[in-house]
Amino acid sequence: MDHIQMARAMFGTNMAVHIIFATIGVGLPMMMLAAELMYQRTKDLQYVVMAKRWTKTLGVLLGVGIPTGTIAGVQLSLLWPGFMEVIGRVMALPFQIEIYAFMVEALFMSIYVYAAEKIKPWARIVSLFFVAFGALASAVLISNVHAFEGTPAGFRFENGEIVDVDPWAAFFNPSFLVTAGHTALTAYTTGAFVVASVAAYKMLKNKYGTAEFNFHQKALRLSIVLGLVFSFLTALNGHATTQHLYREQPEKLAAAEGLFETQDHAGLTLFGYTDREAQEVKYGIEFPWLLSFLSGNSFDTVVTGLNDFPEEYWPPLYVHILFNAMVMIGSGLIALALFALVWNKWLKKETYPKWILWLFVASGPLSVISIECGWIFACTGRQPWTIYRMLTTEDSVTSYENLGFLFTMFIIVYIILCVSVVFTLLYYFKRHSVMDDIYKAEQKGVRLFDSNS
Amino acid sequence: MSDALLAITLVWGFIFLYAIMASMDFGAGFWAMTYIKKEETNATKIANSYLSPTWEVTNTFVVGLVIAIYSLFPGAVFPIGVALIVPASLILVLLCIRSAFLVFSHSVDKYEKALTYISGLTGLIIPGLLISVLPITHLGFVEGMRGNEELNLFKLFTSPNEYAFVGFGVMSTLFLSSLLLSDYSKQADEMKAYKIYRRDAMITGPLMLVMALLVMLTLRNEANWIYQGMMKNSALLFISLIFFIISGIALYLPYFSKQEVKGMPRLAVIAIIIQYLIGSYVYGIAHLPYIIYPNVTILSGFTDPTSFRAVFATYIVGFAILVPGFYYFWSIFMKDQRRKFKRRQMSN
Repeated sequence: MDHIQMARAMFGTNMAVHIIFATIGVGLPMMMLAAELMYQRTKDLQYVVMAKRWTKTLGVLLGVGIPTGTIAGVQLSLLWPGFMEVIGRVMALPFQIEIYAFMVEALFMSIYVYAAEKIKPWARIVSLFFVAFGALASAVLISNVHAFEGTPAGFRFENGEIVDVDPWAAFFNPSFLVTAGHTALTAYTTGAFVVASVAAYKMLKNKYGTAEFNFHQKALRLSIVLGLVFSFLTALNGHATTQHLYREQPEKLAAAEGLFETQDHAGLTLFGYTDREAQEVKYGIEFPWLLSFLSGNSFDTVVTGLNDFPEEYWPPLYVHILFNAMVMIGSGLIALALFALVWNKWLKKETYPKWILWLFVASGPLSVISIECGWIFACTGRQPWTIYRMLTTEDSVTSYENLGFLFTMFIIVYIILCVSVVFTLLYYFKRHSVMDDIYKAEQKGVRLFDSNS
Repeated sequence: MSDALLAITLVWGFIFLYAIMASMDFGAGFWAMTYIKKEETNATKIANSYLSPTWEVTNTFVVGLVIAIYSLFPGAVFPIGVALIVPASLILVLLCIRSAFLVFSHSVDKYEKALTYISGLTGLIIPGLLISVLPITHLGFVEGMRGNEELNLFKLFTSPNEYAFVGFGVMSTLFLSSLLLSDYSKQADEMKAYKIYRRDAMITGPLMLVMALLVMLTLRNEANWIYQGMMKNSALLFISLIFFIISGIALYLPYFSKQEVKGMPRLAVIAIIIQYLIGSYVYGIAHLPYIIYPNVTILSGFTDPTSFRAVFATYIVGFAILVPGFYYFWSIFMKDQRRKFKRRQMSN
């Protein structure tokens, strides 16, 4: 590996770890808020217990999310000083505001946890709302930097100098809304399916009809409804994102679809891998005309193929696989949630068959895989640029060459963190069962929340 | 005041705040480890209870500081990034492990002992690494042309000034934290812990001053430009020494007086913070106009004026919202901690 690849691998590893915790960290507060609202509607204390247990989980997950986020924030300037120099001049606002968003989240989280039982229900919901709002705002703002990298705005290069800086034009760059919306919606989808995953697993482990089974079934139902809503919205937004790619980063779309020749009535190919020599997608299933229709709402839309771009501008061709994996998992999640909802609401079944539960167990990890695929697609699909057609990755990277040692050190740290976070969650929830928490919730005047995290 | 000067004042202000907060945070970790065997004194418990709620803010502050530097002085990012990649990566790794275990130990009681050692050791190493950033910026060991800068590690590690700074950083951490913990334990009516921390402050204080003198001595040889600059404000340095003496008196009071006096740790904390504020002002002024000597000045690194105005506006709005919020939370928390200690004492 040369040192650019090493730097990319190093930062990529950090992001790969961070986004798992960051995504769930955005999705879970939404679920907590939903549970608190359900409690207000039904007065069923089990929803409070749910919110409490998810809060505890969130607190533990933040133990990895915040440190890896700290690493990401600092490592950007260490590994990509050339990039951050431009960002500092043009696109500093999202980073600035993100810090405040994070502080708002931390502050209201502390209020929610410390003072949960001392404040009125509406105040509890307000503080939880701000927790969710802060988490969402952080995600939206950071994704905005990513949006800017794909569709830069608010500055020009003149003889290598940055001129005509307009920080707010950079902030509201053309793909801000679709990209940030995509991050937000997928985070909510992931949050819902991760909860569904745990709930379904617990239902499989407990006998039908027991109190614990019913508790988890409530959680599963809640997450099915929210999962369906958000995965469906993600699909709509994904469509808009693709049309943005078509207009603003055509070579990325061409690589995602493995399209070499510019054509109208272009077909959409699912599965398979892109063969550079044969200039086609091998072993894929082609849907004729569909790509043209999806890109411009008409079969006559001309989609530019890779051959119309110089080869050094081509993104790596494996992004086709990543793009497919992301879309297929997303579609699968919609189908699963929809089926489960129909099963429950219209067929009036009391509970779900085992095979559906097993599919839900898989849905959490799958949605995380889908997020990973999406991010890797979005970032490697932009290569060789860090800022599209403005700044290359080569000009962004540090001049320090001995990254191997540092990379190894960080990998060891990530392994330690990931292992211990799993251990911590298992250890804690083994000793604090659902039944204990429900019992505690039913007693008056017992503190449900520990005063920590 | 020019925009660049305003910006560097803001950055230096953040650095100062972080230095104070982090010293207390890291030092508390070290003391918790030191007194882990002396359970009856509650010294470890006091230190740990101080630690747990502060880490999140301190951690975010690191990121906030880095963001402040690259959004206000983007022209300095490349040389700073290259010069600091090794020390900053080490800091990140240690900080990351430390914060994660702080969180995990709330949920897994088995971790508590491991945590105490992790946060104790890192509490000593991280400040030493953090303060090395200062000699890196003023000793002129960042060599090479624009875009190809490199930190000469050999020169850095053979420089007495670097070691004087490391010693000063570590001693300051121990001094500041023991001082704060003595005040904190006095507030919580933990007299045994108070006596221990007051004694620690009385030992580490003079040691810190010796280190500060060593820093000045080595600066004169190795970075005379900044030494000369600091000496222009020797009157201020003298005033800062007076504040050190004030805090010394506040601590040693029980020895001078025949009556039953407990010392005044709160006064000592305030006096010492003023002392550090003056000291860092003198160092900071002398450091100007350089961010990294001799390659980068505040003017060559400064951001675009339009960006500066936008960023500055977000600072004002952000602080106006957050400062009251944090003040409110901090007061709730402190009350809560004190109540908890009282309750624990009664049940003992």
